[in-house]
Amino acid sequence: MCEETKVNENGDVAIKLNNITKIFGSTVANDSINLSARQGEILALLGENGSGKTTLMNILAGIYLPDAGSIEIFGKKVHIRSPKDAINLGIGMIHQHFKLVDVHSAADNIIMGNKSEGIILKKKRYKEILEISEKYGLNVEPRKKIYDMSVSEKQTVEILKMLYRKAKILILDEPTAVLTPQESKNLFNILRKMRDNGCTVIIITHKLNEVLEISDKVAILRKGKSIATVKTSETDALKLTELMVGKKVTLSIERPISEHKGNLLEIHHLTTENDEGVKTLKDVSFSLNKGEILGVAGVAGSGQKELCETIAGLMKVKKGAILYKKENIIGKSPEEIIKMGISMSFIPEDRLGMGLVASMGMADNLLLKRYKNGKTPFVEKKEARKLSYELIEKLGIKTPGIDTPVRQLSGGNVQKVLLGREIESAPNVLITAYAVRGLDINSSYIVYDNLNEQKKKGTGILYIGEDLDVMIELCDRIMVLCHGKVTGIVDAKDATKEQIGLLMTDAFGKEEDDDEQD
Amino acid sequence: MSRINNKEPLIRVVKKAEISGFSLAILSVVSIVVAFVAGGIFFSMLGINPLSAYAKIFAGAFKGKIAIIATVKIAVPLLITSLGITLAFKMQFWNIGAEGQIIMGAICASYFALFHSDMPHIPLIITMFAAGIIGGGLWGLIPAFFKCKFNTNETLFTLMLNYIALYLIIYFKEGPWRDPSSGGFPKIATFVENARLDKLLGVHIGWVIALVLVAAVYIYLKYTKQGYEISVVGESKNTARYAGMNVDKIVMRTMFLSGAICGIAGMTQATGAAYTLSDGIAGGVGFTAIIVAWLSRLNAVMCIFVTLLLSVLDKGGSVMQSAFSVPTYVSEVLKGIILFVILGFDFFIQYKVVIRREKKS
Repeated sequence: MCEETKVNENGDVAIKLNNITKIFGSTVANDSINLSARQGEILALLGENGSGKTTLMNILAGIYLPDAGSIEIFGKKVHIRSPKDAINLGIGMIHQHFKLVDVHSAADNIIMGNKSEGIILKKKRYKEILEISEKYGLNVEPRKKIYDMSVSEKQTVEILKMLYRKAKILILDEPTAVLTPQESKNLFNILRKMRDNGCTVIIITHKLNEVLEISDKVAILRKGKSIATVKTSETDALKLTELMVGKKVTLSIERPISEHKGNLLEIHHLTTENDEGVKTLKDVSFSLNKGEILGVAGVAGSGQKELCETIAGLMKVKKGAILYKKENIIGKSPEEIIKMGISMSFIPEDRLGMGLVASMGMADNLLLKRYKNGKTPFVEKKEARKLSYELIEKLGIKTPGIDTPVRQLSGGNVQKVLLGREIESAPNVLITAYAVRGLDINSSYIVYDNLNEQKKKGTGILYIGEDLDVMIELCDRIMVLCHGKVTGIVDAKDATKEQIGLLMTDAFGKEEDDDEQD
Repeated sequence: MSRINNKEPLIRVVKKAEISGFSLAILSVVSIVVAFVAGGIFFSMLGINPLSAYAKIFAGAFKGKIAIIATVKIAVPLLITSLGITLAFKMQFWNIGAEGQIIMGAICASYFALFHSDMPHIPLIITMFAAGIIGGGLWGLIPAFFKCKFNTNETLFTLMLNYIALYLIIYFKEGPWRDPSSGGFPKIATFVENARLDKLLGVHIGWVIALVLVAAVYIYLKYTKQGYEISVVGESKNTARYAGMNVDKIVMRTMFLSGAICGIAGMTQATGAAYTLSDGIAGGVGFTAIIVAWLSRLNAVMCIFVTLLLSVLDKGGSVMQSAFSVPTYVSEVLKGIILFVILGFDFFIQYKVVIRREKKS
C-alpha cells in the first residue's frame, strides 16, 4: 500500500458549500459556513464540541435541511431533501452508531434498500460484493452475519455499503472512537485507497494525531463558523489547536507524583454474568491505591461497564470480592456505597441518560446526589443553587442560567456539570468512564486538571478511557481488559501504544493467538 | 430515482427550542380560542348560532345554584382522579387504571358504609376515607409490583385491572351485598344518613378534599425529596439508579399514592354523590382524567382549570338538547372537537412550520 500519496491538486471540486446556515431554536449551529472539497481528497473536519461539524455533515447527508445557503455537488446546485437524495447524489455518511440489521448477512445489509435492480440473486450479490471489496482492499466475508462481527468489521460493512451504492463522497463521523490502534490503521489504509480511486472522504474526528496522519486538508470550524482550511502538510497539532480554540494552549498533560500511600480498593477474582448467563467479567483482580490514577483500556464492550457497575453496587456479583479499605462492599446498596465515598461519574454514549437528568437545570442536577441531605421531607434547593454558581465560576461552565435544562448545554459543559458534582462530593474513590468522550481539547484539559487535583488530595481514580495517547500521559498504571479478562497491567511511564494495543486484542493470550501480526 | 431535486420543499417542520412559559401560556389560550371557533363552525353547520349556543352552555353550567352544584359535582371526582394520574404520569408510569382504582376505593369505603354505619359519624367518615385510600392504593400497587419484579407492561396491566374491579362490583351487587329490601332487583342498598359525606355550601365536602389535594400534590411534586425522586425516575431510570435511588421502591410507593388518590375519588363519589355503590360509580372518569392531566401538562394547579372547562361543557352541554332540540350527542361531539383541537396544538408547542420563501435567482 502506498503510504505517501500525492495530494491531487487538480481534482474537480466535489463539494462546495456556500454560506450554509442552520438554526435550532435559539442556537445557531451553522453560521454561513463555506467549505469545499475536491475529488480524490481526504478532508478532516475539526472543531470543538458544539462547533457544528455534525450538523453540517447531517445537512450534506440529507438529514437536516439548511435554513440558508446553497450546496453544489460536482459543480451542480442541488437541494438535498432526504437521505435518499443524498445517496442518489453519491453522498454516503457513516454515523457513529452503525445502521445495520444484526440478523442479516453482510451482503443483505449492503444490498438492502436498493430498488433499482429488482431482485438480485444471492450468488450475484456475493460476487458483486467480493469484487468491490477486492478493489478497495476491504476484508469482508459477505455471508457472515452482522451479529458475529467485531466493531471494525461492521464499520467495513458500512463502508462497503456506501461503495456499493456508488458513493463518491464518504463522510465518517468519528470513525476511530470504537477501534483499536491497529484497526484504525487499517481503516486509514482503506480511506487512502478510496482517495486514490477518486473518492472524496470527509472525516470528523477529535484526535489531532489522526488528522495529521490521514488528511490532505483540514477545515476548522469554531462556534458554527468556518475559520480556515489549511493543508495538512503545512500545519501541526499546536497550530490546529490554536485555530480550533481561538487562543494559545499547551498540549501536555501533567502527571503529578502523589505522596499518598496505601491501598484503597482491592478487587479479588471478580466474576459477573449477564442475563443470558454469559460471563462479562472473568476473574478480574487488581488494586487501586490512594492518589493514583489507574487507567482501564480496552475495546468498547470488554467489561468496562460491568466493572463500574459492580463497584458501584448496581450489578450482582457472581464470584469474588471488592474490598474498600479492607471491608467487603459486595451486597451493599448503591446508596450505602455512595455514602462510603465511592463516587461514579459514568459517561455512556448518551451522557445525559445516566448521570444527569436532561430536562432539569444545573441546580436540580446537582441535587441528585445530595437531595437527601437535611431532616425535613423537603428538598433543600438553596445549597445546590449556591453550589451551581461556585462550579460555574470554578470550571468555567457556560450556561444561560442554572435552571436552563442541561440538555441545551454543549457536551463539554454537560460533562463539567457531571464531573463537578462528583468532585464536590469529595469522594475517596472516583470512577470515571469516558470522561472526555466527545469533548474538545480545551474542555478535556480542564477535566484532566481536575482529575489531577483530586489525585493530589489522595483520591483513587479509576479512569476508563479510549485515547491511549492521553492515558499513557495521564495515568500511573494502565490495566487492559479484553473480553472481560485482565490481559495485563502496565506502568504507564514505560508503556507504548503498540504494547497496549496488542493487549487489547489479547495477542499474548493463549485462547486466540492466530491472526495477529502480518 | 432519476428525478433531480432542485426545489426546496414547500412546507417543512422545524423543532423548536425549549419554549418559554409566557409563549406557552399564549399558545394555550390561542388553542382554546381556536377550539371554540372550531366548535362554532360545527354549530353553524347544524344551523345553530354559535354565540347563542355557547351562551346556553355557559348558562346551563352556571345559572342558578342548582346548576352550579351540579357542575361542581361533575368536577370533583374528575379533579381528584386527575391528580392521582398526574403523580403516575410524572414518573412516566402509564397508569390508565384509574377507573379500577376509583372502583376499589369506592368498594372498600362502601363496606363500612353498609355494615358499620352504626359507628359515630366522624370516625366513620375517617374510616371510609382510609378504606378508600387503601383500596385504591393497593389496586395501584399491584401493577407497580409486577412491573418492578417481572417488567410487565403497565398500560395493559392497569387497563385489565379496571375490568376486574368493575366485575367485582357486579358480583357484590348480585351476590353478598345485594339489598334484601329491593324486591329481587339486584342493587346495593342506599347508604344511611350517618354514612354520607357532609355538605358545605350545598355540595358534599369532596370539593374541599379535592382542593386540599391539589395543594398537596403540587407541593409534593415540586418541593419534597420524594417528588424529586419521581421526576428523576420519570426522566431516566438509569440516572436514578446511578444516583443510588431505589427505583423499585419509588415506583411502588408512587403508584400506591396514585391509586390512593383515585381511591379517594371513588370514596367521595359513593358516599357524597351516589349514596350507594353501583357499576356506574366511576363512569369513565378514570379515562377523562387522563385527558385532564395531560392537558394540564402534569401541573396540579392547572388541573383545576382544565377540569372546570370539561365539567362546564359536560353540564352545559346537557341543556343543549332541550334548548335547540338536537340529539344529546351534539354536546359529546362538541367536547370531542374541542379536545381534539387543544391536544392538536401540542404540535405547535414542539414544532414550528416553515414555508418556502420565494428566492431571487
